[in-house]
Amino acid sequence: MAATTAVLQSEWTKVRTVRSTVWTLASAAVLTIVISGLFCLLFRTQWDTIEEGARAQFDATSQSLSGLFLGQLALITFGVLIISSEYSTGMIRASLSAVPQRATFYLSKVAVAAGITFVLGVIVSFISFFIGQAILGGDLDTSISDPGVLRAVFGAGLYMTLMVLFAVGVATMLRSPMVSLGILIPFFFLISGILSAVPGAKDVARYFPDQAGSKIMRATIAPDDPAPYSAWGGLGIMALWVIVALIGGYVLLKKRDA
Amino acid sequence: MIELQGLTKRYGDKTAVDDLTFTVRPGVVTGFLGPNGAGKSTTMRMMLDLDNPTSGSIRIDGKHYRELHEPLKHIGALLEAKAIHGGRTAYNHLLCLAQSNRIPARRVDEVLEIVGLAPVAKKRSKGFSLGMGQRLGIAAALLGDPEILMFDEPVNGLDPEGIHWIRNLMKGLAAQGRTIFVSSHLMSEMALTAEHLIVIGRGKLMADTTMADFIAENSRSYVRVRTPEPEKFKDALAAASIIAVIDDEGAFEIEGAESAKIGELAARNQLVLHELSPQQASLEQAFMQLTAESVEYHAGGPAAEAGEAAAPAPQWGAAWNTHTGKEA
Repeated sequence: MAATTAVLQSEWTKVRTVRSTVWTLASAAVLTIVISGLFCLLFRTQWDTIEEGARAQFDATSQSLSGLFLGQLALITFGVLIISSEYSTGMIRASLSAVPQRATFYLSKVAVAAGITFVLGVIVSFISFFIGQAILGGDLDTSISDPGVLRAVFGAGLYMTLMVLFAVGVATMLRSPMVSLGILIPFFFLISGILSAVPGAKDVARYFPDQAGSKIMRATIAPDDPAPYSAWGGLGIMALWVIVALIGGYVLLKKRDA
Repeated sequence: MIELQGLTKRYGDKTAVDDLTFTVRPGVVTGFLGPNGAGKSTTMRMMLDLDNPTSGSIRIDGKHYRELHEPLKHIGALLEAKAIHGGRTAYNHLLCLAQSNRIPARRVDEVLEIVGLAPVAKKRSKGFSLGMGQRLGIAAALLGDPEILMFDEPVNGLDPEGIHWIRNLMKGLAAQGRTIFVSSHLMSEMALTAEHLIVIGRGKLMADTTMADFIAENSRSYVRVRTPEPEKFKDALAAASIIAVIDDEGAFEIEGAESAKIGELAARNQLVLHELSPQQASLEQAFMQLTAESVEYHAGGPAAEAGEAAAPAPQWGAAWNTHTGKEA
């Protein structure tokens, strides 16, 4: 067995030595923080014109993390690229010649992706939260010590990590960066959101990884939330998706010719 | 030492590699020869455990590739297809491979020096020429200072200087006692570098022999003589009990006699000669005959013609099989 720590180090070097992965992570951070800030600003300036129903839905914590809706697209791109670029460049043959044990190779890649995203995700969540609260100001903001808030902000970091791992699993199965992004980006950017608004489809869409997982980012439960799972339950549903995607990726990686 | 046992690879109902059994011995350059599409690259990918064989097995120093601790220290390979992320610098490409096998970073500088890429070590490999890319691939193969090195069509697409460099590199590595396994579709290239020869065609083993035996068996040497007085010359040959064959153009082909002797014989008989030349059948020709039948894609020409040209092939193959059988 190639030593796992050595392979982890190698995978870490791979991530930090190409521009694309570094740039996708940087854009994820910037998008999340800036868009969240803008949404907070919008709510604060427009609060008086917002109807009562929408006001009841308002959750200061999730408001300050709302940029993640766009930031996650950059994270998905990161997750897709770290595995599919190996296939598109042919690097996979060099990688697997060096580390022929598929499980060691794959788990190291997954662990490095998870580690990086988790650290970055938690940092970005907290920055985004505090900037958002500062923008919302005295009447609308919430405190990190309020019930559910810490869980929500920390949970956003977990959500980002799971989203990246889901992308890694799917991209390992599909191999091509174009095909992987062509499926994942429209799905999370449009389809999931649209279906969650359509009566009937709504009940299914609720169990999509992003819909289920994002419940963790609300400190309070929306008054009309019909989802039959808790915040942690939702994250668990997302984690199940991730496990299935990762196992699918591993099975194909092991079985298939590189 | 690499041992292949009944190695077979099928894609659907197409057999790419068909029951290959041979051994690559240490300390020599073994040439792996076959026409394009014969299954050389597939075989090499299976040797590296990149592709799964349909059946059969490969052992590297007695172990499966997947069982090797830090495989780069046992076997280094240059594959035909590019295996480099163009966005990474040459140094970082080698560094991430080195780290996975616990090879110290200073070895990266060493191999960059060996292949002559040290000046561009910090450049992204995207901008590299074909030759530089090939050198980077070779640097990766050398990283773990392995006993076994595998090169798949290393001279493909290289300029003469690059070809010369790779030839000398392989010879140097073999001289250090390493096992070198190099594939090519060019017999002439093999004749210059390989001591042992494994020939495959359409995935099947056609020959497993030493280069010396291959040359002895296939490079028929003879003396070609043209003279305006063929009848007198024939008599002179008969008197000296030298056997000659007359070819289509009326020239004599004489085996088993040196050109000097024949020249002297002609002088003694006061015969005019228009040509007196030692000849050697090319190895390229022998190889093409051997694999003619198995060539995957014939370039043009009616099928009947191809079939005719292929006719001698089974004989050649059979001859070698019995030959190697005796040796084993």
